[in-house]
Amino acid sequence: MDLSAINPILLVASLMVAATPILLAAVGELVAEKAGVLNLGVEGMMITGAICGFAIAVETGSPVMGFLAAAIGGALLSLIFGVLTQYLLSNQVATGLALTLFGLGFSSLIGQGYIGIKPPSTEKLDIPLLSDIPVLGPILFNHDLMVYVALALVAAVWAVLKFTRTGLILRAVGENHDAAHALGYKVVRVRLLAIMFGGGCAGLGGAYLSLIRVPQWTEGMTAGAGWIALAIVVFGSWRAGRVLLGAYLFGGVTVLQLNLQAAGMAIPVEYLSMSPYLITIAVLVIMSADKSRAALSAPACLGRVFHASS
Amino acid sequence: MIRLERRPSPSRFWTALTPVLAVVATMIAGGVMFAALGKDPFEAIRTIFWDPIFNEQFAAFSRPQLLVKAAPLILIAIGLSLGFRAGVWNIGAEGQYIMGAICGAGVGLAFYPAESFVIFPLMVIAGGLGGFLWAMIPGVLRVAFRTNEILVSLLLVYVAEFMLASMSLGLLRNPEGAGFPGSRNLKAYPSAHNAELIAGTGMHWGVVAAFVAVIFAYVLLSRHMLGFQIKLAGQAPRAARFGGVNPSRLILFCLGISGILAGAAGLFEVSGPAGQISIDFNVGYGFTAIIVAFLGRLNPIGILLAGLLMALTYIGGELAQFMLGVPAAAIQAFQGMLLFFLLAVDVLSNFRIRIGRREVV
Amino acid sequence: MKRRTILTGAIAALGLATGAALADGHAKTKVGFVYVGPVGDGGWTYEHDQGRLAVEAEFHDKVETIYQESVPEGSDAERVITQMALSGADIIFTTSFGYMDPTNAVAAKFPNVKFEHATGYKRNTPNVSTYSARFYEGRAVQGHIAGKMTKTNKIGYIASFPIPEVIRGINAAYIHAKKVNPDVEFSVVWAYTWFDPAKEADAATALIEQGADVILQHTDSTAPLAAAEKAGGVIGFGQASDMAEYSPSPRVSSIIDNWAPYYIARVKAVMDGTWESVDTWDGIAPGMVKIGEITDAVPADVKAEALAMRDQMAAGTYHPFTGPLKKQDGSDWLADGEVADDGTLAGMNFYVEGLTGDIPN
Repeated sequence: MDLSAINPILLVASLMVAATPILLAAVGELVAEKAGVLNLGVEGMMITGAICGFAIAVETGSPVMGFLAAAIGGALLSLIFGVLTQYLLSNQVATGLALTLFGLGFSSLIGQGYIGIKPPSTEKLDIPLLSDIPVLGPILFNHDLMVYVALALVAAVWAVLKFTRTGLILRAVGENHDAAHALGYKVVRVRLLAIMFGGGCAGLGGAYLSLIRVPQWTEGMTAGAGWIALAIVVFGSWRAGRVLLGAYLFGGVTVLQLNLQAAGMAIPVEYLSMSPYLITIAVLVIMSADKSRAALSAPACLGRVFHASS
Repeated sequence: MIRLERRPSPSRFWTALTPVLAVVATMIAGGVMFAALGKDPFEAIRTIFWDPIFNEQFAAFSRPQLLVKAAPLILIAIGLSLGFRAGVWNIGAEGQYIMGAICGAGVGLAFYPAESFVIFPLMVIAGGLGGFLWAMIPGVLRVAFRTNEILVSLLLVYVAEFMLASMSLGLLRNPEGAGFPGSRNLKAYPSAHNAELIAGTGMHWGVVAAFVAVIFAYVLLSRHMLGFQIKLAGQAPRAARFGGVNPSRLILFCLGISGILAGAAGLFEVSGPAGQISIDFNVGYGFTAIIVAFLGRLNPIGILLAGLLMALTYIGGELAQFMLGVPAAAIQAFQGMLLFFLLAVDVLSNFRIRIGRREVV
Repeated sequence: MKRRTILTGAIAALGLATGAALADGHAKTKVGFVYVGPVGDGGWTYEHDQGRLAVEAEFHDKVETIYQESVPEGSDAERVITQMALSGADIIFTTSFGYMDPTNAVAAKFPNVKFEHATGYKRNTPNVSTYSARFYEGRAVQGHIAGKMTKTNKIGYIASFPIPEVIRGINAAYIHAKKVNPDVEFSVVWAYTWFDPAKEADAATALIEQGADVILQHTDSTAPLAAAEKAGGVIGFGQASDMAEYSPSPRVSSIIDNWAPYYIARVKAVMDGTWESVDTWDGIAPGMVKIGEITDAVPADVKAEALAMRDQMAAGTYHPFTGPLKKQDGSDWLADGEVADDGTLAGMNFYVEGLTGDIPN
């Protein structure tokens, strides 16, 4: 065993990359859930974003166009969910799962012509001077653009939810849709926009996998990342900052366990492989056991059907 | 202006008609998709919905298979539906299913090669217990530390999958299997084999258990105090608390019962249709069962029908794949569409559609 | 529970009927394939499907091929194979280890249909054959190139599951890397998956960051190659398919599964009525394992040595597991000049001397 082979700086840098797809998807789902919508279709939207982004990036030769298309693709798919749950008042849990099923199938159908192709590469930013700073340089200033986009999104979502009127309306709709409706807010419209934002973010997360992190297109390539994103939102107790923490914790343990394996750590591999899941649970238990922290609970109207009966 | 007006109680007429409407709508939308893929839409639809039951070449085999495929879905969905009604979100039935299979098969294999009629009942108990204990982890954490059960039950699925891989490669590996992964085949071990009870009918103990569970849930919900409490806790949590419902006990009960049923489903599957513990033993029944539960509107009879319908699309989808060369992905998308339509038309049974201006009250 | 699962008369009759049709010499030979992944996985299943297409190209309208993709190895496999047999297939290839017991079970019910199971060892009835490829021959060539090319003397190996097939590959690569570079070290990461691109990318990155400059992989996606390209100065190899989109570097060569010659030969045998149960384990010689083009990123002399080794294996004059070899614990395995027997290779569950770390379980 040679633990000195693990370079902590590189470790942090790669956990940021590893966590980015789940972070993107989770921050989108956070907004949807804040508005009171539980969309279990994240996996389906991610994989749809993965193929839309891949296909457009290959056709246009531009990764930026790819990411744009991924966000649009994810948002369009989420619109199916939005129409079903908001206008036809269907059950959100079942509709979300159906969306995952549909998204997995639909993406493979689109993707049939894109197997074994290499997408145009996305350059690292490599900010001059800054990336040369020891320790901080490689961690903070030597990534591709999407890593920063994801971080900026988290910050933006945090700020909007906390400081703006939009955020207030969104939270009001999620906490008590009847009261929000009585105050004259368009509950359905707010939720629809939140759902589409969630879909767009999930699409970006998927495209990050297919265009940067892997990069290739293969059926089912998200391999459960959407489910982890859902868990991270719960883990973050519906707060943007904690979602970031959760995504980096999960990504970090995943990367660390592979590094420990590579260094020949004498812990049975099965336990190392389980560790990201177990540690996430353990941290959540510790956080939720601390009773001094108020209200870890979900938005009060999460998953409930809204119908303006008055 | 179109708007919806809630019916005082769900319309019986529409409740019966909406599934038919949804299936017809799916046939049309799916037909368009199949046509776009260059397949004959009429043949594809017929293969999916008709051939598994009536095609003379397959039906004698495929029809009983509907029961085999539907049984675990129904069994798990019944357990989940109780929790969903009470607002207890067990998303991790897949993990409980796996642990039930591991524990149940483990007990059976521990007796190998002894033959006795007590072995199979012991396996069933161990299977239920395995699922129960796995479900108790989110249950106890929720009750003791208020930890969200969605997250814990979901993440434990992945942990269970690693346990499964570890078991098929280690403890439960077939010692005569030349180092290959996977346990002994329980089909070749009569005392542990969950065989067909009547040959050619597909009926095995898991199917029987599924039917029993449907009846049990029906009686519980319509006749029993606990059923009332479950419904109350879901619809009006505060009222339930004042009405003397102990929320902790209810959470543990709901998670426990869904864990037991999911674990038992895993055991019936591993000792019957699957035959052995292997790395890829689980195929997502725990997740599909969530859809089945809601498709059946959390109603035991509805779940029975929804489970059979899902099984039909699986088996019909298999036939369509190799008979017509329809890609598996198209079948998946088709199933997704069917679910969308089924969920969408539900609105008709609970609401009246009014066209025109809103009248002033 | 003592009842043996027996077929209904109807199915048995149908089974006989489909078999009888072949004896009549019906116009088309129907060939079925059961795949474990989607045909678009770009790896294992993709290459099997290439084999199917080669069969179609060879026999044109004399054959009809049918396939079903993404068939789980659990309880669904037996039903899928049965339905395929019922549909009148003359020969069915089941292309994953987990289909072993289901294949044999169905074969027992359809004595007139031929079954070919990939990578297994059970041939319970005379209508079952097994086939597999000696991928370790390709691994030996990779090991040679890896040992010559590494500058850090550290080679990363992304393994899937600890099963004989994978362990054999690690040993073969290590022996030949060590032979040309005594200082070489292997770090093995067990991904516990055949296919999870994101995890494969993370594993490759972890290995590279710890100083590995050659990555060998026994998982199916191109993610490790992409990670190698991103890191720069690191090389890797294509797995299962050529992965030529990453040549000339980081992909310097590849192991290609080439099932086409075998599939064509076996279908031909069915047509000619000469088919019989065999156990095939073919390597480079008959072309079941192919070494993808070695690119110019590899120095000419190394390339020449690698090709020479490939040719020796093809000619049967060299076996990658030739003594003297010791096991990891230092005990003797093969004496000088002794060649490993197929039985030991098939069930290989130990590392050779020099490899560090433990095999899980």
